[in-house]
Amino acid sequence: MRISTFFYTLKQGIVNIFRNKWYSLASLATITTCLLMFGVFYSVVMNFQYIVKSAEEGVAVSVYFEEGISEDRIVEIGEMILKRDEVLKADYVSATEAWETFSKDYLGEYAEGYTENPLEDCANYQVYMKDVSRQQDLVTYIESIDGVREVMQSALTANTLSGMNKLIGYVSIAIILILLAVSTFLISNTVTIGISVRKEEISIMKYIGATDFFVRSPFVIEGMIIGAVGAAIPLCVMHVLYNKVIGFVVEKFSVLSELLNFLTVEQIFATLIPVSLILGIGIGFVGSFVTVRKHIRV
Amino acid sequence: MITLENVSKSYSTGAPALNNVSIQIDKGEFVFIVGDSGSGKSTFIRLLLRELLPTSGKIIVNGNDVAKLKRKQIPKFRRNIGVVFQDFRLLKDRNVYENVAFAQRVIQVSSKEIKKNVPSMLSIVGLAGKYKAKPRQLSGGEQQRVALARALVNNPPILLADEPTGNLDPKNSWEIMKLLEEINEKGTTVVVVTHNREIVNAMKKRVVTMNKGVIISDQKEGSYIDEN
Repeated sequence: MRISTFFYTLKQGIVNIFRNKWYSLASLATITTCLLMFGVFYSVVMNFQYIVKSAEEGVAVSVYFEEGISEDRIVEIGEMILKRDEVLKADYVSATEAWETFSKDYLGEYAEGYTENPLEDCANYQVYMKDVSRQQDLVTYIESIDGVREVMQSALTANTLSGMNKLIGYVSIAIILILLAVSTFLISNTVTIGISVRKEEISIMKYIGATDFFVRSPFVIEGMIIGAVGAAIPLCVMHVLYNKVIGFVVEKFSVLSELLNFLTVEQIFATLIPVSLILGIGIGFVGSFVTVRKHIRV
Repeated sequence: MITLENVSKSYSTGAPALNNVSIQIDKGEFVFIVGDSGSGKSTFIRLLLRELLPTSGKIIVNGNDVAKLKRKQIPKFRRNIGVVFQDFRLLKDRNVYENVAFAQRVIQVSSKEIKKNVPSMLSIVGLAGKYKAKPRQLSGGEQQRVALARALVNNPPILLADEPTGNLDPKNSWEIMKLLEEINEKGTTVVVVTHNREIVNAMKKRVVTMNKGVIISDQKEGSYIDEN
């Protein structure tokens, strides 16, 4: 392709946008709406998962040892636990640390009456997990290790969190499918209307001897530009609103401040920007490419 | 230049649009195709443009067997055929210059060449002064001149005109016909489908008369035959 032809095609794509203002606006509004819905949904889901994950990471399994166990064996047990995939970390709590924490939390000044450590046999590992749904497997494994006296877990919390994670996963899939179906339908309609307006123009091009590529290119460029702008608008709106909405939620639900850990706008946008742009430009490309193809056979 | 051998074309409904038509048009000829509505004139043009394929028979245009052209070869094939329609088919949102330049852009002529060729072609059709006008600002005759300039700017060896005077008054019709005659004198093969009895009779060119898909008459320096 000649450079002049490339620039002509590019220019025609841009000119087409302004030439067919209403069609362009309709397409832009459709893509913007769909991607805004996608962005909002994506942010909500990501934050939900982040909150659940943070909560999961706070759930610990406590591992207590048999009486008279050697320091070496405790280290070995720790290494065995850390080798498991589902384990995030295992913090060792010595008998002294356990007593200090307990006395500080529950006894206060009354702790001074104790001359010996009543929790002498309560040295333990606090094991934190990457995937709380596998807690029961881990517990069964740890219980089978020589030297382990008792494993304490919170099955209810683990089950609730893993259930919530599953639910979010299913709801995400359902909403994404609905969004895709709705956006494909809307975009296909607007592109069809836009193309039918220019059906005559396409047929003139074909009579003159234009190749399919030459006919299609301005439409495809037009679609991609509308797609890119249609992605940029909701991204800007989201960027402005995100911190405000998070601030509002934190203020209104301050009681839950320990539970509500939100992602920063940068963390959300690191993925949302490329995904939205790819979706916007992709929808514009596919929508115009496929629809022009229907009318190109003259 | 154009050869049809026993060509028939049937649509899914109704009688055949062309029925066993054979004709030879040589390089540099000027031919009128005349006939009433439904006689098969437009189908004839559409077959030459490879917009339609014949149901049977063989069509050779510029040495190409039209039925054997692959889809990718069609654009290049059409670039050797200028075409003018009754309804002009101009790009309404582009000015006169852009409409003519468009035909050159399609075949990727350089910008420098376009700037040279388009004004020259507009001068030939008498529209050099109106290059900035949009089609809606022009009369029917002027719009047909733009269409003619667009059809000819790439110097095609064949020009097909489908009812080129159908929407024009007698004065403009004559002017368009004179232009077609001048173009033909420069060596372009011109095929004109028309209803215009007065023009056909006055110009004394080859006249092929069609009726119900069949050629009923083919006269050199002929006249319009009344089928009734």
